[in-house]
Amino acid sequence: MATVSTPVTTQQRSADLNVIRGKQRSLWVDAWNRLRRNKAAMVGLVIVVLAYLIAATAQWVAPYDPFNQNTANNLREPLWGNPQYRDPSHIFGTDQLGRDILSRLIYSARISILIGFLPAAVVFMIGVTVGMIAGYAGGRTDNILMRFTDAIYAFPDLLFLIIIMTSLRETAVGQIVGGLLLMFLAIAVVNWIGVARLTRGQVLSLKEREFVEAARATGARPVRIMTRHLFPNALAPLIVQTAFAIPTYILYEAGLSFLGVGIRPPIPTWGSMLNEGFVVFSTTPWPVLLPAFCISIVMLAFTFIGDGLRDALDPRMKL
Amino acid sequence: MFRYAVRRVLLLIPTLFLVALITFVLALSAPGSPFDKNPDKPLSPEDQARLNHIYGLDRPIYEQFAIYVANAAKLDFGISIVRHRPVVEIIGDGLPRSAQLGLQAMFVGLLIALPLGIFSALKQNSPIDYLSVGIATIGTTIPSFVIGILLIYLFGVSLHWLPFVGWGDSCGPIPSCDLRKMILPTFILSLAPAAYLTRITRASMLEAIRQDFVRTARSKGLRERAVIVGHALRNALIPVVTIIGPATAGLIVGTFFIEYIFSIPGSGREYIRAINSRDYPVIMGTTLLYAFFIAGANLLVDLAYGLVDPRIKIGK
Repeated sequence: MATVSTPVTTQQRSADLNVIRGKQRSLWVDAWNRLRRNKAAMVGLVIVVLAYLIAATAQWVAPYDPFNQNTANNLREPLWGNPQYRDPSHIFGTDQLGRDILSRLIYSARISILIGFLPAAVVFMIGVTVGMIAGYAGGRTDNILMRFTDAIYAFPDLLFLIIIMTSLRETAVGQIVGGLLLMFLAIAVVNWIGVARLTRGQVLSLKEREFVEAARATGARPVRIMTRHLFPNALAPLIVQTAFAIPTYILYEAGLSFLGVGIRPPIPTWGSMLNEGFVVFSTTPWPVLLPAFCISIVMLAFTFIGDGLRDALDPRMKL
Repeated sequence: MFRYAVRRVLLLIPTLFLVALITFVLALSAPGSPFDKNPDKPLSPEDQARLNHIYGLDRPIYEQFAIYVANAAKLDFGISIVRHRPVVEIIGDGLPRSAQLGLQAMFVGLLIALPLGIFSALKQNSPIDYLSVGIATIGTTIPSFVIGILLIYLFGVSLHWLPFVGWGDSCGPIPSCDLRKMILPTFILSLAPAAYLTRITRASMLEAIRQDFVRTARSKGLRERAVIVGHALRNALIPVVTIIGPATAGLIVGTFFIEYIFSIPGSGREYIRAINSRDYPVIMGTTLLYAFFIAGANLLVDLAYGLVDPRIKIGK
């Protein structure tokens, strides 16, 4: 390529000086600075970190054993409820089996955090690998993947999850930790496709760019090109997609458990608390309202983070 | 266009085949025989074999699948294990109610979203805009069953304004009674499409009012109303067509929760019942039918999009 000498602007020179002084700001530092100025995203982050801390320290934070039943003391109102049916030792009251609602909410956070992050990590790894290979190799691998995903792309995830959870619940895998492992697997199986499609699209547009060509020209092998050149450049939209996927998974668990095909009782989850409390809802609403609030707040927190990340990483990005 | 349409219709077949295969394999992998229900009085091996023969369960699996697909194509999904009635009848009983609920919700959703999206785009960064973006965020973030529960508590349990059990076609000749029972479920189901639609309408309207043809229309002296309605809006509404596909999928899943919460005897609640009682013929039949609806809605979108937007050139 012919070099064209252009006059060096002051801006460029100071940028160059910054590089020399080792002050170059990377894309990630820039993005973090933008994210930090986003108030909603920061509020969301604080809430999620809090939820994570509560989940991690549940056995010390929770005032009672969430499984401990005391039917003599059931359906107590929370502190702000009807004084006649209150029990001051249970801040949020008790459910129909006399279990402490606050403790159950705290333990539920555990399941939700796990459901949010673990499948997301698995989905990310599988999706990125498959999408990378399909996008880079092209040809038949790509064709098979795209035909397969075209066929089921429009089908709602929750419907798939319901079918998987229903038919495999009674198997050995479905029994482990009250169905938690099966739900991890089901979510991973259903969701890696979206990540693979996004990665493939990124790789397709990136692999024709000069820096990839340059890498290839210097003799870099495909694996190196994929891991060192394509992956870092495709990462930003993938992070945003994952940030939005995490609350979706938490929601899947809540929805499935609410319908009765999620995590088995007595393991507390926000969804199963909704399911169990719904029977007595019209007379005693708090066992249902409190988990509903928890779900709402955590959902909003994750959405704020996702929106913030999207704006911070690439303002033009559309997802 | 014709060839494209034919190709798109033919593409429905692998989609439905795949869904049929997945449901079939999963139902097959569920442990236990459908006949051996009572552990105290086990079936004799002869009876077991006889029943397996009657229901074709002794044939090779690929043959069972072929029979299943062939029957499904004739809308014969078998007989419910629990209700002992043909699956088609069970679906047929609930489907009209679910369809009505879904269509009403879609209509209400449009009624909320279009004005909200348009006004918030026209008055960008105004309080109206922030309000509608806020509503849209909440509506797309918090699931309908959670919002539903909160609204039932507010309007049903504490204020006693609206009934929240049943659909109301069994409550006698007074039509007002029916209508009141429909308000909450319809409204709650409409929230998710409304929120989603508001976002799309706002975004596409914002894009449209910055286009050259809008500036041209304005500079030739058209009244603002004519510019917005005649030029900007007409173009902004094109992308709204695309949501019919995802909205159908969303409404179908939504009816599971809404019919369950409100005890509406529709096919969504029947589906949940089938799931909880492991009624595989009903689960498989309903799933296939839903897959057909969703694939059909997406097909409709693809075909309609080419008609509505002449800029889109559909290849041979």
